[in-house]
Amino acid sequence: MIRSVPRSRWFDGLYLAYLVAFFIYLALPLTVTAVFAFNDAPFPSLPWKGFTLDWYLADGSAGRTGLFHDDTLLSALWTSTRIAFWVTLVSVALGCVNAVLFERLEFRGKEFLYLLMLLPLVIPGVILGVSILVFYSGMANDLSRTWGIELDVFRPGMTLVVMGQVTFIATLATLVIAARLRKFDPQLEEAALNLGATPLVAWFTVTLPWLMPSILGAAAMAFLMSFENFNTTVMLTGSDTPLTVALFNRLREGSTPVLNAVALLLMVGSAILAVLAMGRSRGKP
Amino acid sequence: MNSGAARLSLWLLLTPFLLWIVLLVLVPHLQMLRVSFQVRESWDTLAWGLEQYQNFFTESYYWRTFVRTGVMSLFTTFLTLLIAFPIAWYIARLARGRARGLLFLACLIPFWASELVRTYGWMILLRESGLFSSWLQALGWADGPVEMLYNDVAVIIGLVYNGLLFMVVPLVTTLDGMDENLVEAGYDLGGNHATVLREVVVPWAMPGIVSGCIVVFMLTLGSYLTPILMGGKDSAWFTQQIFTQFITRFNWEQGAALGVLLLVLSSIIVWLGLRLTGQSLRKVMG
Repeated sequence: MIRSVPRSRWFDGLYLAYLVAFFIYLALPLTVTAVFAFNDAPFPSLPWKGFTLDWYLADGSAGRTGLFHDDTLLSALWTSTRIAFWVTLVSVALGCVNAVLFERLEFRGKEFLYLLMLLPLVIPGVILGVSILVFYSGMANDLSRTWGIELDVFRPGMTLVVMGQVTFIATLATLVIAARLRKFDPQLEEAALNLGATPLVAWFTVTLPWLMPSILGAAAMAFLMSFENFNTTVMLTGSDTPLTVALFNRLREGSTPVLNAVALLLMVGSAILAVLAMGRSRGKP
Repeated sequence: MNSGAARLSLWLLLTPFLLWIVLLVLVPHLQMLRVSFQVRESWDTLAWGLEQYQNFFTESYYWRTFVRTGVMSLFTTFLTLLIAFPIAWYIARLARGRARGLLFLACLIPFWASELVRTYGWMILLRESGLFSSWLQALGWADGPVEMLYNDVAVIIGLVYNGLLFMVVPLVTTLDGMDENLVEAGYDLGGNHATVLREVVVPWAMPGIVSGCIVVFMLTLGSYLTPILMGGKDSAWFTQQIFTQFITRFNWEQGAALGVLLLVLSSIIVWLGLRLTGQSLRKVMG
């Protein structure tokens, strides 16, 4: 079934039909979600009642509250953004350090540590969240009970969410950056050193620019993964709920087109981020 | 660089890594294991014991859900592989030039939306007042609203949808590197489609198959939103029980035990998968 091997007409037809069906399957749920963000009806279902921007703009006066006037969702959006910012920063920094550690240095036990580095990928996200909750929140409880010391950072809340997400996103960032570093020619760095640069200067002027596309790619990925994460986040969140958790709570109460509006906004946001990251990494050699 | 500076730089680079792995992965998981063996006798006294694990085996609700989650995750993984393989084959071997890149990109698009959004999309399609139901009625194939949500088939549709990307990408990557001469040689030696697929293509694609299957299995086993939102009363998922113990009942000891059991199940299946196919975690993931 490669190009050079002859195929029968009906096989080709069947294959094509399968491909078309597959891509319809991929596109359908998202298309529908996006379209119903603009339906002029209080419930996201047929029949189509006409186009409206109410689910974004309505200020609550006519019984409809659009996304841009929905304080709960807006503050959840802000919480998610702050979480994603810190997760991206920490994960990418860790990713750079780990990439150098595993690609450029030789030391005893490297193979074992590399496996440890991959470990978060084979632990279900819920368990990552639960274990961090049990350890840190449990510690905060114990300290408060025995010595009366209040360690509120380790109570469920933003810090714990960031910690939980960094656990596995740092691994992904490491893999992305390490893959790029593997293709780096160390002679370039040696040339810089021969020309009188200190190792630190060589790193910042030669190696880091080479890694930049992968760093930006890893950052975009980290930001998206953090923003979209639910399983780890839901275990660790406190009073300031991030967007996915807020949406989930809203969805359990019943669906309104405001949810579609948020969903579309998320899709557009992540698409822009993904295109930017891909454009950056393609533009550079 | 002299050896003193080399050692210093090694430790400088090793410290953040160790802090991350020890403080965020190893210690919390060991603590979870410890808590799962603690029995609360009164509000502030704890003793060691196996009560939580006994509960798991005596309450049929727990272990039934556990087995169900495992079996359905395996089935979903297998189904995802079957659906994704022809697509990956087409992208890697048959499509050319621009079409190739576009098709690959199209596979990525759904994953720019979060799991919640994807699940929500399926709910709009499948529920009683949903689009499929409306279309069926408009076509005259159904007399009244048809409920297609809240059953196991709906859950599997949603889970397969969530896993597809993670299957297609590693498959395309491995199939891309395959030498077509191998396939031609297979046919020249008298093989038909089935034998060439079995003897040449699948063995070559094995690292991609294993890596895709592991990721999809992990995601499915640990998923929460899709089974909760799309499943019915009888389609409980194990993550839901962990969540209930922690958030609703504040029974951390029981929750930790269930968490340990889920972790053990996923580790065993990942290990078995690697073992049976002769792959290593490093090769498959890194």
